[in-house]
Amino acid sequence: MRFPTASSPFVHGGGAVDRVMLQVLLALVPGTLAMFWYFGWGVLYNILICTGVAVAAEAAILRLRRRPVRATLADLSVVVTAWLLGLALPPLTPWWLPAAGSLFAVVVAKHLFGGLGYNPFNPAMAGYVLLIISFPTEMTHWIAPSVLAEVRLGPLESLRHVFTGVLPEGLAWDALASATPLDTMRTQLLMNRTIEEIRTSPLWGDFGGRGWEWIGNWYLLGGLWLVWRRVADWRIPAGFLGALVAISTVFYLADPDTHPFPAFHVFSGGALLGAFFIATDPVTAASTPRGRWIYGAGIGLLTFVIRAWGGYPDGVAFAVLLMNMAAPTIDYFTRPRTYGHRSPGDLEP
Amino acid sequence: MYAPGEKLWHFHGGIRLDGQRELSTGRPLGAVPLSAEFVVPVQQHIGQAGDVLVREGQHVHRGQQLTQVREYIGAPVHAPTSGKVIAIENRPVPHPSGLEGLCVVIEADGRDDWGDARLEPLEDYRALSPGRIRRRVRKCGIVGLGGAAFPTAAKINPLHEQRIHTLVLNGAECEPYITCDDTLLRHHAAEVVEGARILMHTLGGPERCLIAVEEDMPEAYEALREVLGGTSSGSFRLVSIPSIYPTGSEKQLIQVLTGREVPADGLPADIGVVCQNVATARAVYRAVVHGEPLIERIVTVTGRGVSEPGNHLVRIGTPVHEVIAHAGGYVEPVQWLLMGGPMMGVALHDDAVPVVKATNCLLAARRGELRAAGPVLPCIRCGECVRVCPARLLPHELYRLARAAEFDRAQEYDLFDCIECGCCAYVCPSHLPLVHYYRYAKSEIRDLERERQAADRARRRHEFRLERLEREKRERAERLAKKKAAVSHKADPERKKAAVQAAVQRAQARKAARGDTAPTED
Amino acid sequence: MIAVLAAIAALGGLALAFGALLGYASRRFKVEGNPLADQIEHLLPQTQCGQCGFAGCRPYAEAIARGEADINLCPPGGEAVIKALADLLGVEPKPLDESKAAPAEKRVAVIDENTCIGCTLCIQACPVDAILGAAKQMHTVIASECTGCELCIPPCPVECIRMVPVPRGIEDWKWPAPWGPQAPQTAAPPSRAEAA
Repeated sequence: MRFPTASSPFVHGGGAVDRVMLQVLLALVPGTLAMFWYFGWGVLYNILICTGVAVAAEAAILRLRRRPVRATLADLSVVVTAWLLGLALPPLTPWWLPAAGSLFAVVVAKHLFGGLGYNPFNPAMAGYVLLIISFPTEMTHWIAPSVLAEVRLGPLESLRHVFTGVLPEGLAWDALASATPLDTMRTQLLMNRTIEEIRTSPLWGDFGGRGWEWIGNWYLLGGLWLVWRRVADWRIPAGFLGALVAISTVFYLADPDTHPFPAFHVFSGGALLGAFFIATDPVTAASTPRGRWIYGAGIGLLTFVIRAWGGYPDGVAFAVLLMNMAAPTIDYFTRPRTYGHRSPGDLEP
Repeated sequence: MYAPGEKLWHFHGGIRLDGQRELSTGRPLGAVPLSAEFVVPVQQHIGQAGDVLVREGQHVHRGQQLTQVREYIGAPVHAPTSGKVIAIENRPVPHPSGLEGLCVVIEADGRDDWGDARLEPLEDYRALSPGRIRRRVRKCGIVGLGGAAFPTAAKINPLHEQRIHTLVLNGAECEPYITCDDTLLRHHAAEVVEGARILMHTLGGPERCLIAVEEDMPEAYEALREVLGGTSSGSFRLVSIPSIYPTGSEKQLIQVLTGREVPADGLPADIGVVCQNVATARAVYRAVVHGEPLIERIVTVTGRGVSEPGNHLVRIGTPVHEVIAHAGGYVEPVQWLLMGGPMMGVALHDDAVPVVKATNCLLAARRGELRAAGPVLPCIRCGECVRVCPARLLPHELYRLARAAEFDRAQEYDLFDCIECGCCAYVCPSHLPLVHYYRYAKSEIRDLERERQAADRARRRHEFRLERLEREKRERAERLAKKKAAVSHKADPERKKAAVQAAVQRAQARKAARGDTAPTED
Repeated sequence: MIAVLAAIAALGGLALAFGALLGYASRRFKVEGNPLADQIEHLLPQTQCGQCGFAGCRPYAEAIARGEADINLCPPGGEAVIKALADLLGVEPKPLDESKAAPAEKRVAVIDENTCIGCTLCIQACPVDAILGAAKQMHTVIASECTGCELCIPPCPVECIRMVPVPRGIEDWKWPAPWGPQAPQTAAPPSRAEAA
């Protein structure tokens, strides 16, 4: 009797890329809900536009590349990219901003390099950076969180603003707008005010901006679950946050007047979202255990440097892209010692 | 220094698998009845195959030696039963290629008669030299029965500078479904321990012998404990180790028991350790004390694709389909017929192939029994493979390099340190057939090496040929020049006269020597 | 004006100095022979078949080193050799030249002993001396040394040499590539029962 043949192993553990991606999306739900709670419908529209454009763009480019469309979309990686980009964008931005960012992220940053697994740069961050460089004003037009806001837009009003830029009768943008805590901190410091003085403002909560810090908590919750499920390697957020806390502590202790306390750094901006969801993107991160520590720490350090002395209020996106460039080199120098060898690279043929 | 057997270390990575032991340990140890025809491959081990000693038509006894090996790394094969050699030809053998190998085909005569094939029992082996015992082990064709089939006589022959302090007896049956070692220990623990004593003597008396079984083999543990009279007895230590696949792999087992790593360019003997499978130890016992060559072994016949899974004593050379039939036959539909387990087994293309010395298990997996990998996706560099690799390699890098045919760089990333355990492919969320990639790369590299050597040989032959032609041309030219010179010399009258004179003188001298009895010839 | 002259003088002086240094180095550190040709020849399969158009592997290697021959002219070497040459020379690999047919599998020459007349013409033709024999004695090809170049076939006056494929056996079997048109199940040879 004849039987088919193949190479061992003949059994599989059941892991799958789409399950990994689904778990990431699940872990993002608490943070997304928090964002929605504090910033309203604009958040959801951002995510929806990003996702819609991303999926359509991926389908189109897959057809151009003559790849199986349905099977590739089914791995859900494009949904994760779009979701993360959507969360990073200011709520109530005009619709073409998330659309453009998404299009760039999927077509240029992902598929022009070969698609899933081949892109050297994190697509969501590449899209974000494109937007922030090209449209700095729109990208820094944030609104106040619900705890501080006087006015909130309803779902239809938000929709109208997103697609037409028109606000409800009698409402001016100034009434809605508010700088992010990082932005506020930066501009205030540039005006030579000390941290003590800055903190007297009612904008601040215990760790970061009021409202803002709570979103950080929900991201943290989702992120810790992701690490527990082993979807995200714990070394990356540990390195990221560890390095960020370490360097900000050093500078805070040296000069508390001009450097905010470490917890502020952790709970502001994209630090927690970045640490657990963005930097942990396995395709663009380092892949060796020691390498992941260094990669995470590098992002943390660069984030601090850009925040403290750079031209942008938040440095996570740039830090991630810079470390993406370094990842292959990091991998090369952090090869684990193979069993039975004295050091990596000994006994070369 | 920790007391031996009390401290355990960890090896990197590994995965926990469902052992599926209950499937085949429920029934008592059976025995497959003798076949009408046995197919004995001459190559069933690592190393050189032997020269066939028997002829077509010759009658052989049970246990009669069929081949003779001259090389150091090699083992003879023996007749599993008495009968007539009806053919010495290529037949399908268990190998992933599905190709054929030279086999001695024996038609059983039903008498199963040892005749004079059994060797002299050496009960008092302690009085014998290690060399004598090794010769017996070699003559009986003992090879590693854990699956690798390395000739045991060579393995228990450490170099002068390798002082062996630990003998490890490997009863850590880590691959799912396989329970032949478990069964052997439950039934013949005493013979296994006695075999270990023989090995200890042959190795020059190591300080200790560590017998390792997995945590999920309590009956085997108990059986050994009873034989030893405790978990430690003299230099023997019984150790129960965590059931993490692939802890039964020699390198990983040594790391768990001793905390040391076998050097990559060396052997366990380099760190003073020799590791033998429990079934091999028992085979050594039977060979030395009873004079029996290796002609049968316990085979686990399992999977939901057989009707009555269990363990059976099987003669080497029995066709696989007969073994399956004895286990109740197939339960259709059968997806895979594996020799070995689901992680490292070989998919047999045909159940007409014979059971060989390395056949520890026949796994007939029913469709749906073994979870299949889904469609292949690109590698997302998640690092799961890095996490589980027992050899601490970077499997995703090896995959990329193998795919790009960058074979030199793949070797720099220690491709040949891969033990092909399958942990990486098991956990890969992109369902990459990683082990297949490594095997492909390894066989391409070996092939390129063969071609390189052949090309070197051809170039040397070509260069020699050019030299030879040059030399012949030169010699011809010299000869021609000499001839010309001789001819021109001959033309000179003075020289001619002198030559004639010299010839006459030579003739006269000859005449004088002969004593002038023969008439001269002018 | 002075500045311009000074600049010209400085650059000119530097050029002369470095030129002299390079010239000296090229004399002092000159390597005898043609190391590039040696390296190229080392990569070639040594079949000495002449299909590249040159009289053997060494002449082809020297031609490549001189830049007179392309790297894709060697059928026995196939893609592997083209890639290796491309890596060595730092050029782009290219497919095997269309005019050269690539052999599918290894073949060796076999002499039909019933027909051989012992003329030694094939022995003289074989570039690696793989044919054993002498005048009026039986000729035979040493299969393990035959490179499959087929140079022995034209000279034979009785056409008693033919090429025989050497299929892979268990000893040199290769795992098939894990990608491409072949399904996970490799094609197995027909079983005895089917063949009988």
